[in-house]
Amino acid sequence: MPLDTPKRKFKVVGTRPPRPDGLDKVTGRALYGADMTAPGMLTGRILRSPHAHARIKSIDTSAAEALAGVRAVITAADLPVLEDDFIRDIQDNCMARGKALYDGHAVAAVAATDAATARKALKLIKVDYEILPHVTDVDAAMKPGAPVVQKGRTLENVPAGMSENVTSHCEFGHGDLPSGFAKADKIIERSFRTAATHQGYIEPHACLASFTSDGKADLWCCTQGQFFVRTLCAQMMGMEASQLRVTSSEIGGGFGGKTTVFIEPVALALSRKSGRPVKIVMTRDEVFKATGPTVSSSMDIRIGMTRNGRITAGEAHLRYSGGAFPNATIEMGGQAAFAAYDLGAVRTFGWNILTNRPKEAAYRAPGAPMAIYAVESVVDELCQELGLDPLKVRLLNAARKGTKSSYGPTFDDIGLVATLEAATRHPHYTAPLGPNQGRGLSCGFWFNFGGNTCVSLNVNTDGTVGVTEGNPDIGGSRASISLMAAEELGIPYEKVRTFVADTASLGYNDVTDGSRVTFAVGLATIKAARAAIRNMCARAAKIWGIDEEAVEWIDGAACPAGPNAGKFPPMTLAEIAAVSAETGGPIAGHHEVNADGAGVSFGVHLVDVEVDPETGATKVLRYTVFQDAGKAVHPDYVEGQMQGGAVQGIGWALNEEYIYGDDGRLQNAGFLDYRVPVASDLPPIETVILEIPNPGHPYGVRGVGETPIVPPLAAIANAVSRAVGVRMTELPMSPPRLLKALLSKG
Amino acid sequence: MRYIAAKTADEAAGLLVDEPGLARILAGGTDLLVQLKSGLVEPDLVVDIKNIPGIRDVTPENGGFRIGAAVSAAELGEHKGVLALWPGVVEGVELIGSTQVQGRATMVGNLCNGSPAGDAVPGLVAANATVRITGPGGSRDCPVLDIPAGPGKTTLAKGEIITSVFLPARPENASDAYLRFIPRTEMDIGVASAGVSLELAADGAISAARVALGAVAPKVLLVADAATAIVGSKLEDGALAALAKACEAACNPIDDKRGTIEFRTRTAGVLARRAALIAYQRAGGSK
Repeated sequence: MPLDTPKRKFKVVGTRPPRPDGLDKVTGRALYGADMTAPGMLTGRILRSPHAHARIKSIDTSAAEALAGVRAVITAADLPVLEDDFIRDIQDNCMARGKALYDGHAVAAVAATDAATARKALKLIKVDYEILPHVTDVDAAMKPGAPVVQKGRTLENVPAGMSENVTSHCEFGHGDLPSGFAKADKIIERSFRTAATHQGYIEPHACLASFTSDGKADLWCCTQGQFFVRTLCAQMMGMEASQLRVTSSEIGGGFGGKTTVFIEPVALALSRKSGRPVKIVMTRDEVFKATGPTVSSSMDIRIGMTRNGRITAGEAHLRYSGGAFPNATIEMGGQAAFAAYDLGAVRTFGWNILTNRPKEAAYRAPGAPMAIYAVESVVDELCQELGLDPLKVRLLNAARKGTKSSYGPTFDDIGLVATLEAATRHPHYTAPLGPNQGRGLSCGFWFNFGGNTCVSLNVNTDGTVGVTEGNPDIGGSRASISLMAAEELGIPYEKVRTFVADTASLGYNDVTDGSRVTFAVGLATIKAARAAIRNMCARAAKIWGIDEEAVEWIDGAACPAGPNAGKFPPMTLAEIAAVSAETGGPIAGHHEVNADGAGVSFGVHLVDVEVDPETGATKVLRYTVFQDAGKAVHPDYVEGQMQGGAVQGIGWALNEEYIYGDDGRLQNAGFLDYRVPVASDLPPIETVILEIPNPGHPYGVRGVGETPIVPPLAAIANAVSRAVGVRMTELPMSPPRLLKALLSKG
Repeated sequence: MRYIAAKTADEAAGLLVDEPGLARILAGGTDLLVQLKSGLVEPDLVVDIKNIPGIRDVTPENGGFRIGAAVSAAELGEHKGVLALWPGVVEGVELIGSTQVQGRATMVGNLCNGSPAGDAVPGLVAANATVRITGPGGSRDCPVLDIPAGPGKTTLAKGEIITSVFLPARPENASDAYLRFIPRTEMDIGVASAGVSLELAADGAISAARVALGAVAPKVLLVADAATAIVGSKLEDGALAALAKACEAACNPIDDKRGTIEFRTRTAGVLARRAALIAYQRAGGSK
């Protein structure tokens, strides 16, 4: 759906009204996953493997079943054996079948009348394990002879002779690398590693499942996508989609981590077996051990540059591990690595490797931050070595309209040059630095997504409007959708209320992911509003006794189109709605679409740090985010996304990591030792929104949610490396690691 | 699990000594409740000591202060007298947990939790503080240094509870300071820490010193060599370097998820040096 006009003057879009869910959230009224209850409800709890890798020889649940208060015990034997690899992996991750593949992998579950009984019952379940050798490191897992996590999962594109843990290979790029490198005055080759990090959402996963005796079920859960939850759970329960209704709760953070299921099929199976509603709420320990962090990575980068800063060739070898199951995140890393640059010769090679870690889930721009960290670190080092200004070098090489991207497509209107120019003009870039301080910058990129979307817009007889859409609101989307409906209808924002529907109330909506909601649901809302407007114009035409084509919609009212249509005073939305019963009944607009044209998004982050030379502690002093939003519908939320991405990136760069012991067990399954930044760790994060309209959206909107987590890793690594005079190539740059680098420098 | 709120220290001691199962003491509860919720401990008896008369009072005594075992970190932080006399002790206690936790947490709880990284402990050891213990055998006083026995362990006998801490009087021109290293800026656990207490002579030279280190050994360390390195000095560069070196030599840390042996050792020396400078300035010394 193309851009209406690049010069549109917005009335409501671009303003900053209060968020509709804000009051309930700050007063504690909002209902999250764990707030749902039902009469006769049981408490479900899950028994998890203490071993990183073990064959499950037998599970004896008889003692647990005999305990008073226990109503159901399930294992993988209570779930069907599924044909499809994709969905079987998700189910096997929810409940291990045959082998426990990581520390924390679910092996059995109980439903009991209270939590204490459920806990006691778990202790009565006897699992006979045969402990197997394990591997948790991506490089170790790739070596021939490494313990094999799962057999028979290797795709045909992986050459023979590699470890069976290598499941897939991908390759992207164009041009001739040898001749590209031959043109370079300077070539730098470096290896990098990044740790697995968790999304760190505040709300643990929670759900309530209720099966009826005639085979229908309801599921309430905290999710980013109720429709996808239905698809997965219906197949795992062997039921038709229509028989399972899934309702999403308010969500206390997701960042991609709630785009799949972990406890929902378990609660459904327990409810079916017990005949009672069953609630499962994860502990924080379970969230860290058994949900989906992002991939860990190991990468080799080689880039050549002329002495005036033109990149002549770029090559990346990326090795990602998303835990014990195959995944395709490596492909996004391979495509994103060099996306910011207009290159004649570029090639990325990617490998996915299995390890005895939890199954990866999406985390904001999955796969991109680590690859771009490595590439942008080498670009920065080339700038240092050649004595070049890092912003000028990026401008010189920046992708723009017409650039054949490193992953194939040719870019349409994109905002990278505009963001780089905004960074160049910003006072931050030229502010003086003190001793032990460094400044770093990085470009970031994300593809963005559209997808399946279905919206209903209902005009109420009192002149208000309800929008029903199918995507949980993780970033203020209800406000943004209301703003776009109000803009289109020509009524105040306060007259529109947006609701997130359950799976029975709308057609299929893709998950809230890919930064798709403000773009795709917005697009469908605008179309639905236009359908309602056509309907209202027809009602006015009927009242006035003129042709429908002779009525147009101006500023929230039907008006005769030109002098020939007749002279009638405008009829407002409220006036038309009030008499709708006499003109043909209720007024509504609908739109269904599988949206494309999402429009890629670029950002640039600029950061100053100071490193304590005696302890290796890094303080982030100043941070500025520049990003192309296409059109910022609700600028507060756009800024919030930009700031939030920067904050999560600061954590990833400096302290966050999954730490495994030699026994393959996770050492830091809690917020004490898994260190997300706290408020006092952060400087104010300044934001600069650029608006280069997306040609694929009527208002020019681009998704903004994921791009902001892409640049921080490299921006901070570049700042730290410049502050300490040592190139840092492993994340996190925790104080012990940084002090070691400082001491080895001498 | 039984819960009993003891009316006197003797009653608490009696309940604890008579309990055949696992017993735990509840004061602030900021460690115990977390352990209960996570299923780490399942005690048969919890004895709440907050209702024992005087246990929430701060009382002047012989020029120093006696601080009840259930005085919260927040209450201690607002006590002008203790803050003026022993600022280093108070700043250690005020680093425990969040603002909310500060309203409940106590320094005796921090001590009895037995963590080598307890933030209240090095300051108390540097201050040469003592605790008063009530037990089946009556009452006794003991230096804070002698309470920790190793990670999660104390030297207290079954049935013994600490009812108060005594911070002694100190001469003019004396002060103390505490610093810890954490990867974040708050809400964290010390990877290394140092408490330093100094007394200055009339000419500004250090006449007496105590240097204690946390999180660098199975229990808090009192480093006599570090004190020796700075006594007689005005914290000239050489004295500070010797202080750091003595601290590094005393460290016996572990490699774990929070820090390496190398990192803890180096950082302990750095913190002791920086804490000494702060204490010196507080004591009226000028450099």
